[in-house]
Amino acid sequence: MASQEILREEPSRGSFINDPRIRSLFFQTLVVILLFSSIWWIVHNVIENLQRLHIASGFGFLRSRAGFDISDTPIAYTSDSTYFRALVVGLLNTIIVAVAGIVLATVVGFTIGIGRLSQNWLIRKICTVYVEIFRNIPPLLVIFFWYSGVLAVLPAPRESIHLPFGSFLNQRGFYLPRAVWGDGSWLIGVALLLGIAMAWFVAHRARQRQRATGQQFPVFWTSVALIVGLPVLAFLLSGMPLTFDFPKQSTFNLTGGFWIKPEFLSLLLALSFYTAAFIAEIVRAGIRGVSRGQSEAAAALGLRSGPILRLVVIPQAMRIVIPPLTSQYLNLTKNSSLAIAIGYPDLTATAGTVLNQTGQAVEGVFIMMIAYLVLSLVTSFVMNIVNARMALVER
Amino acid sequence: MQEHDMSWVRTEMALAQPAPARERGAYAWVRKNLIGSVGDTVLTVLGVAIVLWIVPQVINWAFINAVWTGPDRTVCTTASQGGIQPDGWTGACWAFVNAKFGQFMFGTYPIEERWRPILVAILFVALLVPMLIPRVPRKGLNAILLFAALPVVAFFLLVGGVFGLPHVETPRWGGLLVTLSLSFVGIAASLPLGVILALGRRSKMPIVKILSVVFIETVRGIPLIVVLFFASVMLPLFLPEGVSFDKYLRALIGVSLFAAAYMAEVIRGGLQAIPKGQYEGADSLGLGYWQKMSLIVLPQALKLVIPGIVNTFIGMFKDTSLVLIISMFDLLGVVKQNFADANWATPQTAKSGLIFAAFVFWLFCFGMSRYSMYTERRLDTGYKR
Repeated sequence: MASQEILREEPSRGSFINDPRIRSLFFQTLVVILLFSSIWWIVHNVIENLQRLHIASGFGFLRSRAGFDISDTPIAYTSDSTYFRALVVGLLNTIIVAVAGIVLATVVGFTIGIGRLSQNWLIRKICTVYVEIFRNIPPLLVIFFWYSGVLAVLPAPRESIHLPFGSFLNQRGFYLPRAVWGDGSWLIGVALLLGIAMAWFVAHRARQRQRATGQQFPVFWTSVALIVGLPVLAFLLSGMPLTFDFPKQSTFNLTGGFWIKPEFLSLLLALSFYTAAFIAEIVRAGIRGVSRGQSEAAAALGLRSGPILRLVVIPQAMRIVIPPLTSQYLNLTKNSSLAIAIGYPDLTATAGTVLNQTGQAVEGVFIMMIAYLVLSLVTSFVMNIVNARMALVER
Repeated sequence: MQEHDMSWVRTEMALAQPAPARERGAYAWVRKNLIGSVGDTVLTVLGVAIVLWIVPQVINWAFINAVWTGPDRTVCTTASQGGIQPDGWTGACWAFVNAKFGQFMFGTYPIEERWRPILVAILFVALLVPMLIPRVPRKGLNAILLFAALPVVAFFLLVGGVFGLPHVETPRWGGLLVTLSLSFVGIAASLPLGVILALGRRSKMPIVKILSVVFIETVRGIPLIVVLFFASVMLPLFLPEGVSFDKYLRALIGVSLFAAAYMAEVIRGGLQAIPKGQYEGADSLGLGYWQKMSLIVLPQALKLVIPGIVNTFIGMFKDTSLVLIISMFDLLGVVKQNFADANWATPQTAKSGLIFAAFVFWLFCFGMSRYSMYTERRLDTGYKR
């Protein structure tokens, strides 16, 4: 009887101090008050400091004349251009070096990562040494190593090192022959686009046919034939409108050709070699993460070692590989800001110059943060699409 | 009845036969690992070619042709460059590293005061080694001494200005001293900050959660250089007139905030890996939030993510080299600064100095990663399925 009485009673609320909801509300209010008061304090200080230093705030400075030169300009830029244009040049340079670095790092990283799983003892050891060396050295040091240790002590332009295909290497950089497209070369571009479109169409139809009838179609070789063959055909038909502008040696310098500056070259090599060591480890972990039973089962079904790798192991390994690969790509993009140390005009370097010239520290840092955040978001977005295509399709 | 004739049953075991000759010894190993197939053989030849191409060059450069001691640039330059070496000579200029070794370690810390950083280093090693060996007892006391007492002692020893020690300003610090002190204080500050951010991100209070997420994702989305820029140009604007921070302290704040965001994500991984039953068990014992976290959840979560924490620390140790961009001189910064010394300007100086710095960084990072692997194996006892 007594126990029933107790059960029917209202549960004791206790003191309101112990109510988790009230506590949480109180704590959050406290956080908000603290946050806003510190923001108010900071803004107050910033305004006071800016007034004292006679710096006008706002983004109006972006429209005034920059007055400094930039060594690598993918778009037209002179010192008479605006600050805004200078920042755009910087952003484009960051994107160029990041994209080139990502491609190179992926190629090197996958090669080394697969090499670490090779049957061959020697190859395995060489790849391990590579990974252990590059993973444990700061990327900035690798950049300096290429820049002041290797490229700066190359011979002067007069004694340039001759490389195959009429290219030269000297302390001012790497000179390649530049392709000059003549009349009618637009046909080649059109043919390339057409080839890609047709390859996509063929792949689509082949997949449908395989689903319906089980018959396979050599999609890969057909696509290669379409994508490579059509532009070559167009090239021949339009009368080979391609000539090369070879770099020529003159007394003090090389003229003509395509010039890759040592800053870009050392940044690209350092970033991609450094990141490749991490990508190699990711690839290795991914391939080892696919259980042996998978490839044994595929072998039991009668697949040969090539199709086992292509159809069974790699698609499963990619699921493990892609998320950490994405963060390595993001790291590479962020590490490209190390360009400032050797004077390659990327976003951080140009924004730093703008910041020093105008004194607009708040706006400058704000622009840098937003730009890198947007770049990171775009990279993650693209990689998420790739990941979604690779992900396990469950019922 | 039938007799049991067991004579056909062996009474003694047959001797084990050796493996076939083709399957044992060095020959079989080579066949399996080096020349298993045509492709394998090609790869081996390629690998041997690479090794034969690189290794003799490296050994020649770093040891055989290297110059170990010398007063100035003449020992590391060829006759045509005004030195004593024969023309066409290339070799490491370790004499440069040798001559500048004190600077590489301490920067421009006054020479007569250098016993102070050395004493700190000895204390640090004396406290760190027993901490790292699992068998040594009294880990709690050791940890308190290492993470609480040592920083205070080190601060007074390095900065000075008390107990009759002359004051040494932080701009005079440099070299490995800055690299190690920045990263040690950075890790000591970022670990508790990371724990708080990780707990904040998993908190049920929406405002706390949003603030933690915004902080973590923003910091992780921008490069450290931008954070350092922020710390060096914007922090002074944030403070009222007259109040100013030391540049070293500003870099320290930047590095700690940056590392804290990464640490928070590592720790969040550990928190997510703890089964719900542990949280519920703690609740049913009547523990409050902080008791639950500090007594039940965090000890397990932190143990799970030790490798991740060490990896973050390795990353941070490498990243401290970036402070040279806001003109502070860590190991890499001092090495690079000394390239400008006309007394040592040779074509080999940059390469030798950088390889020395790389070796020091490599030694620390490799050591840490090996120790983390060892810990991982040692702690890998619990949740194995």
